[in-house]
Amino acid sequence: MEFNLSEEQNLLIDTTKSFVKAELLQHEELLEKTNNLPKELYDEIKKKSIEAGLYACNMPTEHGGGGLNAFDLTLVEKHLGFASLALAEIAWRPQNILMACEGELVNEYLKPTITGERKDCIAMTEPGAGSDLRGMKTKAVKDDNDWIINGTKHFISNAHISDFVVLFASTGEDDKGRNLLSCFLVDLKQKGVEVAKGYDCVSHRGYVNNILHFNDCRIPARNILGEKDKGFELMNVWLEATRLTVAATSVSRAERAFDIALDWSANRKQFGKVIGKFQGVSFKLADMATEIKLGNLMLMESAWKIDQKTLTSQDAAMTKLFCTEMLSRVSDEAIQICGGMGLMADIPLERIWRDARIERIWEGTSEIQRHIISRSLLRPLGA
Amino acid sequence: MKILVTVKRVIDYNVQIRVKSDQSGVETDNVKMSMNPPDENAVEEALRIKEAGKADEIIILSIGEEKSQETIRTALAMGADRGIYVKASNDTEPLGVAKIIEKIVDKEKPQLILMGKQAIDDDSNQTGQMVSAKLNWTQATFASKIEIDGDNIKVTREIDEGLETIKMPLPIVATCDLRLNEPRYASLPNIMKAKKKPIESLSAEELGIDITPRLKQLKVIEPPKRSKGIMVADVAELVQKLKNEAKVI
Repeated sequence: MEFNLSEEQNLLIDTTKSFVKAELLQHEELLEKTNNLPKELYDEIKKKSIEAGLYACNMPTEHGGGGLNAFDLTLVEKHLGFASLALAEIAWRPQNILMACEGELVNEYLKPTITGERKDCIAMTEPGAGSDLRGMKTKAVKDDNDWIINGTKHFISNAHISDFVVLFASTGEDDKGRNLLSCFLVDLKQKGVEVAKGYDCVSHRGYVNNILHFNDCRIPARNILGEKDKGFELMNVWLEATRLTVAATSVSRAERAFDIALDWSANRKQFGKVIGKFQGVSFKLADMATEIKLGNLMLMESAWKIDQKTLTSQDAAMTKLFCTEMLSRVSDEAIQICGGMGLMADIPLERIWRDARIERIWEGTSEIQRHIISRSLLRPLGA
Repeated sequence: MKILVTVKRVIDYNVQIRVKSDQSGVETDNVKMSMNPPDENAVEEALRIKEAGKADEIIILSIGEEKSQETIRTALAMGADRGIYVKASNDTEPLGVAKIIEKIVDKEKPQLILMGKQAIDDDSNQTGQMVSAKLNWTQATFASKIEIDGDNIKVTREIDEGLETIKMPLPIVATCDLRLNEPRYASLPNIMKAKKKPIESLSAEELGIDITPRLKQLKVIEPPKRSKGIMVADVAELVQKLKNEAKVI
């Protein structure tokens, strides 16, 4: 058992923190005020993130990525997550599911995505299929050497600046009549695809979600990722780790909110003393710090387990569940400690609090996580 | 040309310094340490000189306790070529440090030594000047601009009267000001490469140098708390108070 970080890991953290401080934080206000990330700014930060090696640091070195293991990647993601999401995600880490690319797809999709020439987005959710992914209506039908896709996806992050989408669609039914899913790579500029404006979200201003419409969209047969009808297996192999990204950014933002509250508690005077001297405030700080520490430990253990190839879906679910709910509690209490000032946009607390709300919903709601955890507890007992 | 850059491991500039209760020094346990900020400027300047094709090798030297090697590693991750670590007590005085640097210079024969203008822990601002004296090299302190021109070097210095530009032949010792440049952060690929770059380990005894402190530190205390300001009604009152109470005019 080793809890110390190595020299390299400390350097990775330093670099990520320096990048966040030097390139991202000063633009947060602009995003909050305009809900828009200007293209020139996006391009400039993207270039710097490529130079810093943060861009695609999750992808293997043989294809030009940074080759970080899951643990080191989690350190980077955590510290990037300190900044507003729309900014942090410019230092893009391509969906690791693209590692399932084979044959021509490697040169066509995987490699250019790692170098930053092309950008991916991912589409699973539909207006009628959220937590119940299997209920998706988007269909892909084989026609000679093509797949023909029809359907609608929504909540698709950053599709407007993406070149292609990793798309999950129904390709049939099993003998029990349940949907079978497959995964495809679809160019967004091609005929039959419409990238429409999404919704205005309370969390993560400047971070765009889109609606994708597929109308008889024809793609070559080889644009399938993994095997036909094995979409769920693909998700299980590749997408579990993305739950940790959400957990990592949650811990980082909780730390940020906590630091603001701590500073406030040590300086704000009421009734002749700093408010941190009142137990009503100091005990809150103690609880918040303890929860953050727990979240950090769960996060680091789960990340370590990915590298050991021992991460279970129960581990990932527990970590995602705890860290995201912890962020909500900590950001809420941080506002309580700062009182009226905590609600003002002059300090980032109200934003962290708003942004916290989505984390308990996307990448699997808290309820889905609890379902996964309880199922893995009860199943071995036959219940 | 070889450039020798010295770096010191100090308490991070963001840390709020606390004096130990026994007044023997400041608290360093569980305190974040980093590279002395003006030393980062020195490393950055060396990298820029090398990138401009005017230097072949950048050697990083750090003197102190074991963990100083981490500071060398940081400089290697920024892009420097190799490191030399000299084991010594963290309390080694500027003269002791200057003697060690003199030995390393004898061995490595650099043409340019870049140092931070001072370390933010003891704020001595002496080592660069002492190195210059020991080596009998020209010194250019508080550099805010450095230009290499063949065998000569032009340094713009921050002085009380403004900026002074001096030109001199190499070799020289230059101490760097924070305004010299904006230090880069190590890129991920460079962090990975730094792992493989060599750090040579030496000690003051091996180099045959006596670095016994000449000074005795009696105690360390916190500066007095700043008293609360007052509002004055007009300029006349301000002048009167500056004259009679503050006694500064």
